[in-house]
Amino acid sequence: MELSGIEVLFAGSNFSRLMGGLAVSVRVSALALLIGIPAGVILGALWTLPSRAIDLVLRLYLEFFRIIPTLVLLFLAYYILPRELGFRVDGETVAVFAFALWIAAEMSDIVRGALISVPVVQVEGARALALGRLQQLRYVQLPQSVNLIMPATINLATRVIKTTSLLLLISVLDVVNVGQQIMEANRDRYPDAALWVYSFIFVLYFLACYPLAAAANRLEIRAKERIHG
Amino acid sequence: MDFSVIQQSLPLFANAFMTTLWLSVVGITLAAVIGILCALVRYFEIPVGERIAGAYEELFRNTPLLIQLFFLYYALPTLGITLSAYSCAIVGLALLGGAYMAGAFRGGFGGIPRIQTESARALGLTKVQNARFVVLPQGLTLSIAPFAANAIFLVKETSIFTAIAVPELTNEARDLIGMYYHTDEYLLMLVIGYAIILVPLSIGLTFLERRFRSGAFGN
Repeated sequence: MELSGIEVLFAGSNFSRLMGGLAVSVRVSALALLIGIPAGVILGALWTLPSRAIDLVLRLYLEFFRIIPTLVLLFLAYYILPRELGFRVDGETVAVFAFALWIAAEMSDIVRGALISVPVVQVEGARALALGRLQQLRYVQLPQSVNLIMPATINLATRVIKTTSLLLLISVLDVVNVGQQIMEANRDRYPDAALWVYSFIFVLYFLACYPLAAAANRLEIRAKERIHG
Repeated sequence: MDFSVIQQSLPLFANAFMTTLWLSVVGITLAAVIGILCALVRYFEIPVGERIAGAYEELFRNTPLLIQLFFLYYALPTLGITLSAYSCAIVGLALLGGAYMAGAFRGGFGGIPRIQTESARALGLTKVQNARFVVLPQGLTLSIAPFAANAIFLVKETSIFTAIAVPELTNEARDLIGMYYHTDEYLLMLVIGYAIILVPLSIGLTFLERRFRSGAFGN
């Protein structure tokens, strides 16, 4: 019998399976951000040091991760990581690893850009007060650049969330992969399952990203107003 | 690293490279057209159109290209619309890119001093004349750097076409790895393929950003 419509999403355990897939995507983004953001902040702070060598290394690192498509980064990690480590690594770990490196690269650029936008007099003032480098960073530069760092970081997070859709391609059982399994299993009973499942996933991603993007936009406008008075 | 493997696969990669290149060029061109139209509609605050353009931008910027492609490729046929993989790729890239390009051009148009368009209106220019002679010549120049940033982003997004089996660079590499297991060689070719397109673009972008000191990047 041909059934049509939205029921396929709720038939049997389909809905909880989709949510399970969603949890995988959320877990990968969250872990990658938790590792990548602090690493990027440290690298970004290092980058402001007056060292040719650090500048060269970090620039190469950033440019590599900017130029290579994220999907290709995933494949590189997928094929190379298990071999270098010498044991099997599951797709989720591969994805967290690749995403964290990518996030750290983008984050280092965001942090560096924000730190060097702090007026020179502020840094000179801090130095005149005999603050150490770390104290300068902690009490002078970071507090004044956080309004630039926040919106850019939120935007980066939405990019990471959107990129989790690619996990399917390294055989992780994410929400898209589960959706495809459901479609395969219901091809005869629900011929238009694809329409509903993909619409559902489309809406899920939109609901995750839109509020974040809107918040980042508001913060960005506020930061601009603060700078231009 | 086995160089004979690289040599043998060279023609295949060259083919795939050309596919990536032309899909990028066509997609980016269409995206730019959509982006300029959306940006103009929103710049001149055309009723209803402004709302539609805004909703389109948010919808496509906040969802992944992969899902948009799957929707075009697998879900549209259930509504009786069947597109080939290539058509899906181009339509998908144009729609995704259009949403990002609209942002880039809006930023550029926003940089035109308001007095320019006000003067144009005072001189009795229609909206179309205003767009043609005042907004576009100044606004497009101001949009070059964010346009280049988006172009780089869109070239990278073409890698996702592998999911609907378009034989571009990433797909070719995956196929070859699956068949012959010369993983290192094919991955190297893949990275080089993208670098050939993107390194010059990236250098160009750095140069443009320095000249125009314009920030708005990617998303």
